[in-house]
Amino acid sequence: MSNSNNKKNVLSAWDRVLLARDPNRPTSLDYISLIFDDFIELHGDRLSKDDASIVCGIATCNNKHFTIIAEQKGRNTKENIERNFGMPNPESYRKAIRFMKQAEKFKRPVITFIDTKGAYPGIEAEEKGQGESIAKSMFTMSTLSVPILSFVIGEGSSGGALAIGIADKVIMLENSIYSILSPEGYASILWKDSSKVKEATEEMKLTAQDLYHLKVIDKVLPEPTGGAGKNVEQVANLIKNEIIENIDALSKIPVNNLLDNRYKKFRKIGNYVI
Amino acid sequence: MVIDKIRKRENSQEENSKKRADIPIGKWVKCDKCKEILYKEIVHDNYSICPNCGNYFRLSSRRRLIQIIDENTYEEFDLNLSNINPLNIPDYPKKLQSLKEKTGLNEAVRCGIGKIHGEKVVCCIMDGNFLMGSMGSIVGEKITYSIEKAIEFHLPLIIFSVSGGARMQEGILSLMQMAKTASAIARLDKEGLLYISVLTDPTYGGVTASFAMLGDIILAEPKAMIGFAGPRVIRQTIGQELPEGFQTSEFLLEHGFIDKIVERKEMKNTLYKLLLVHKYV
Repeated sequence: MSNSNNKKNVLSAWDRVLLARDPNRPTSLDYISLIFDDFIELHGDRLSKDDASIVCGIATCNNKHFTIIAEQKGRNTKENIERNFGMPNPESYRKAIRFMKQAEKFKRPVITFIDTKGAYPGIEAEEKGQGESIAKSMFTMSTLSVPILSFVIGEGSSGGALAIGIADKVIMLENSIYSILSPEGYASILWKDSSKVKEATEEMKLTAQDLYHLKVIDKVLPEPTGGAGKNVEQVANLIKNEIIENIDALSKIPVNNLLDNRYKKFRKIGNYVI
Repeated sequence: MVIDKIRKRENSQEENSKKRADIPIGKWVKCDKCKEILYKEIVHDNYSICPNCGNYFRLSSRRRLIQIIDENTYEEFDLNLSNINPLNIPDYPKKLQSLKEKTGLNEAVRCGIGKIHGEKVVCCIMDGNFLMGSMGSIVGEKITYSIEKAIEFHLPLIIFSVSGGARMQEGILSLMQMAKTASAIARLDKEGLLYISVLTDPTYGGVTASFAMLGDIILAEPKAMIGFAGPRVIRQTIGQELPEGFQTSEFLLEHGFIDKIVERKEMKNTLYKLLLVHKYV
């Protein structure tokens, strides 16, 4: 699993940002095909569109059925145009909400994969209620009566990531990041200088290790030296084990307690003194 | 999402908005729309609306409170919370301290229980004078606490939003306040309690994308700027100018995302009517 801890320890936050953004880094669909037996992708928000930056469907793992909701980046220009560069429009979040409710109806646990630069900032996205769709997605997840697991596999940036991240357990890959917005945005806003992106990265506390220490996430999964792409099967296996173990444990918890725990998990996040 | 995303589309408007947040000390105030110099008291007596051209001045939470809540009925929750500095940003604590002294607020939202024409409500009023109403850990905590009090006392909830979004200086912890407040609103919803969200100029980012857009009824003041991504970011992303009236209350009404635009003078009566309709539910 971790064959060179020493090397890994010297990675800066910026190194990890680069790994998280590496165009060759495994995407949601790479993991899904390795973890699950027979993923059936299902499309559309049943309102107006199928936005391909979030992929939804049903899949089986270890003889259990799951609903999958996954942010999907492209590998090349063609794929990225198709996937809107992994930046979801409101239709994607509404599609996600539709499949959350379907999961609840059929008592299927939900697995989400987070990997986005953020929700898409565009005219049409605003016209169609980007803010409302993100809010409603979190609102729906927070009281959904089935177990939910979220994996941050690459970039988890802003509300666009959190929208599908209200889970019973939130697990990050070692070289993934999760932040209030991109380091470029942070530098531009706080220092009016987007070139200070490395300084911003070090200040923001956006690595998996930082988030674990801030108690925002539950676990960090190790990656091979050089990143998840060096051995995608190995990383997929780790994710698979987490799914099997956690869903097994979460499924035994009575629904009221499950929802209570989920509420308290996010309720207690904050930094202040009384 | 962010403080400076709330720039207006045109430079002239941008300057105006800066001035609006910054009403000069003294007895006179200039309307940034019609440029008329006005006697401050006359403006305040007119709901902080320019008597000359009808332009809305931004309201502090204190003035909003006076306009909405019956006199001497508002009891603010005494939470006594203090910020800490999760990202160890050198000047953040100093900035908060000076804002506290300048505004008399302890954070960017006031929360408590008060009455509207005798009807008891939990009412949160955000304040744009405090770091542009941005939502950090304390704003998230105060709003969540208020929602929980509404559930505990079985009261309706009203939140007046004004915000640049999640607060950069507290990083991921600010982002997580979206999850926290949205989850609390979901609980309120399951209890069958009324939540009226009132959007005022400007409401953006993580506030729009959490509690502000989750009202059973969503009202907005006229011509308020409301959105998720700020105009500057959108312009940069798509590389073209934005349409006239983009992200105004009127734009949101047209696209089906708010229930009603309510004039400031009518806000208290409108809220009262809505409270009465839901009283015996």
